[in-house]
Amino acid sequence: MSRIAFDIDHRQGEFSLIAKGELDGPVSVLSGPSGSGKTTLLNIIAGLVRPQSGQLSFDGTVWFDAAQKIFVPPHRRRIGYVFQEGRLLPHLSVRHNLTFSHWFRKPNGRSPALTDVTDLLGITPLLDRGPRNLSGGERQRVALARALLASPDLLLMDEPLASLDEARRAEVLPYIENVRDRYKVPIVYVTHSADEAERLGDEIVKLRDGKIQEIERRRDGTISVALDG
Amino acid sequence: MFQLSDVETTAIVLSLKVALVATLASLPLAIVVAWLLARCRFPGKGLLNVLVHLPLVMPPVVTGYLLLITFGRRAPAGEFLESWLGLVLAFRWTGAALAAAVMAFPLTVRAIRLSLEAVDSKLEDAAGTLGAGPLLVFLTVTLPLALPGLLAGTVLGFAKALGEFGATITFVSNIPGETQTIASAIYTTTQTPGAEAATLRLTIISIIIAAAALGLSEVLARRTQSESRR
Repeated sequence: MSRIAFDIDHRQGEFSLIAKGELDGPVSVLSGPSGSGKTTLLNIIAGLVRPQSGQLSFDGTVWFDAAQKIFVPPHRRRIGYVFQEGRLLPHLSVRHNLTFSHWFRKPNGRSPALTDVTDLLGITPLLDRGPRNLSGGERQRVALARALLASPDLLLMDEPLASLDEARRAEVLPYIENVRDRYKVPIVYVTHSADEAERLGDEIVKLRDGKIQEIERRRDGTISVALDG
Repeated sequence: MFQLSDVETTAIVLSLKVALVATLASLPLAIVVAWLLARCRFPGKGLLNVLVHLPLVMPPVVTGYLLLITFGRRAPAGEFLESWLGLVLAFRWTGAALAAAVMAFPLTVRAIRLSLEAVDSKLEDAAGTLGAGPLLVFLTVTLPLALPGLLAGTVLGFAKALGEFGATITFVSNIPGETQTIASAIYTTTQTPGAEAATLRLTIISIIIAAAALGLSEVLARRTQSESRR
């Protein structure tokens, strides 16, 4: 069974996203130029955007079905989301950002320990700082740790390296690979960088103008599946 | 010259009590209304906005008269409150607090609304993905980030409630020890020959209180701006 199955028709002003497909992961990359709809598709998976019509399910659970008027809000989807700009809560210390989700979510069987995650991401010395006193790379590593500590069933990342310069990007990318290898949580990763897509993706969904061009599955023989849109 | 008489002291203490009760009792409603106006779309939003702001632009005597015909002892709402809660508003200090609350409400709501609008809704989205439902997002993210502006609005509302005169005197009259606030005490002394010194004392005191409240409100508002700029 595929982890994420979607059949979406979403229109917002001039922009439209019409996409149907299945993501098996473990790491699915959504790639395409800006305006192609990759972040919109990610936000639909997160529940931050509610499409006009269609369906979306994750691991057999329906998260959205317009016809049946089902819409599971983001806080009930058990996801972790790493935003492009980090979005750390400015009124809380790094430590309280990391443990914020623990106030609302009961830990499940594979909730990682705080120090395991902060050691893995090299942010243990930053715990008592405020988010405003972090460099860009530190901020994104904290954002990644925060998403992981929400013990997500699905980790979503929206261009987590795009706000960083080349050196910081090279600093953070290995941490993302560590997280992928260590925690085995399925990841949907949005990027416009072919390099990141190659390095991280088990399957690459290529979007353009709000439509899926093709889904390329790799690692198991590089089978390309072309869609006729 | 600067020795306060008992009547003046009573008026000052009563003013502070009335303004404090008016501000604190109306604050939860002000937060809810400000949030509705800042973040929600619903039919009748324009009407709500007009209703909230009416006391700011209507002659205060009109607001006072409307309170009198609504909350007077023989008026429907007045009778209801008296028989069910034992609460009498007409010609009591509680009525003065209601009048002050209604008059201060638009100022408080405006300030809180602005501070809520300044909170980045992307941070609220982020909190949602971490498992917090809408109410918990409001309590743990929106409200703390809006806090300086919220306090500024509260202090501003307090200052306004303290100086309320027209609606108060129309609704609850000018009874020493019960409804005579600083403002209505000044009104009385200006009508009394030979009470110029008393007028001056009360005037100076009300200027000091108002300036202090306004200064505090400014400091808090400036802190909100610098928070959101960082």
